Amino acid sequence: MCKDCGCSITDHVHEHEDSHEHHKAHETLHHNPQLNDKKTIDVITKILDKNDQEAGHNRSHFNANGVLAINLMSSPGSGKTTLLEEMYDIADFKYGVIEGDLETSRDADRLKAKGIKAYQIQTGSACHLDAFMVHKGLHAMELDTIDVCFIENVGNLVCPASYDVGSHLNIVLVSIPEGEDKIAKYPVMFRQADLILFTKTDLLPHFVYDMKREKEEARKIKPNVDILEVNIKDTASIQKVADWIKFKMEMR
Amino acid sequence: MHEYSIVQALLEQCEDHVKDNNAQSVAKLVVKIGIMSGVEPHLLETAFNTFKEHTVCDGAEFIMNIQPLTILCNQCDTSTELKEIYYCCPHCQSLDVKVTDGEDMYLMQLELD
Ligand SMILES: Nc1nc2c(ncn2[C@@H]2O[C@H](COP(=O)(O)OP(=O)(O)O)[C@@H](O)[C@H]2O)c(=O)[nH]1
Ligand SMILES: [Mg+2]
Ligand SMILES: [Zn+2]
Ligand SMILES: [Zn+2]
Repeated sequence: MCKDCGCSITDHVHEHEDSHEHHKAHETLHHNPQLNDKKTIDVITKILDKNDQEAGHNRSHFNANGVLAINLMSSPGSGKTTLLEEMYDIADFKYGVIEGDLETSRDADRLKAKGIKAYQIQTGSACHLDAFMVHKGLHAMELDTIDVCFIENVGNLVCPASYDVGSHLNIVLVSIPEGEDKIAKYPVMFRQADLILFTKTDLLPHFVYDMKREKEEARKIKPNVDILEVNIKDTASIQKVADWIKFKMEMR
Repeated sequence: MHEYSIVQALLEQCEDHVKDNNAQSVAKLVVKIGIMSGVEPHLLETAFNTFKEHTVCDGAEFIMNIQPLTILCNQCDTSTELKEIYYCCPHCQSLDVKVTDGEDMYLMQLELD
């Protein structure tokens, strides 16, 4: 049983870890009677270990419901919410959105107005979503009624890159008006991307933007990354995003 | 600025280890910060020194080892520490490489009192 939520997923790795730690502690007690001495221990654990375990737990929830989870990340205003609004009528899969972009429920309200199931998680002033926040959100989603669950992360190209939230895929958006060099400046974020979307390409005539070079930059960081160009006024470009997601759904 | 959250996670880990080892406090901790971990070492150190007060790490020495990005080439089997963020084998130019270090952050060692 999941301790936090009473769900029936039993793969909580940290429970095993705990007993392992306890075991180690007992061993130490036997070998080290003088406990007041300075003692050096080798730990070698990922600092975000607990988050990673919770992320794995979230993925089990999604898997148990046959839902593909996609983490959407970008700077504020790159077009995450707009894409979710515009793709809804085009996509031939059902989706819901765990909305984490700031504490106001503006984005969730925008999505609900379109008939999209959206749940706003309270992030306070957090600069990123972590797996624990998303866990709360996913229990508020009716996972059995959707095929894909999007997680709209906090608008930020730095912090969200360090946190696995339990998604299967990461889509990172970068919009033309943000200017060149975004990819080279935020390599950790773009390294996480399975798909990079260059958005607002309708604005290309108004900006100095070397698309070819930006794509090359992206592939220095992630050689096998998929890349699409999106312009919200061009339905075919949104259709391609939907097709990519559909393809990935069929691969699971 | 997620360095604060990282420090919270780190302090929790230290507390667990202090408890499990029946120790009192942490005298020294060693962490390994990958250059592609998304953490700014300088900010992490500042955050740690700010938030360690009144925890098991109060007064603890904080050692940060910065880990370069290290790849192993699946084609020519060469391991390289990259100087540039370019996931490509400098020996044979292959893009078929495996990251062996530099993308994560670890708590490596603790000295307990
Ligand atoms: N010109 C243009 N504007 C867009 C496009 N996509 C989004 N926008 C605008 O960009 C602004 C921010 O979009 P939003 O979806 O709220 O960004 P988010 O913060 O990433 O969720 C809105 O005013 C959108 O209308 C696009 O393809 N072209
Ligand atoms: Mg939004
Ligand atoms: Zn659960
Ligand atoms: Zn090679």
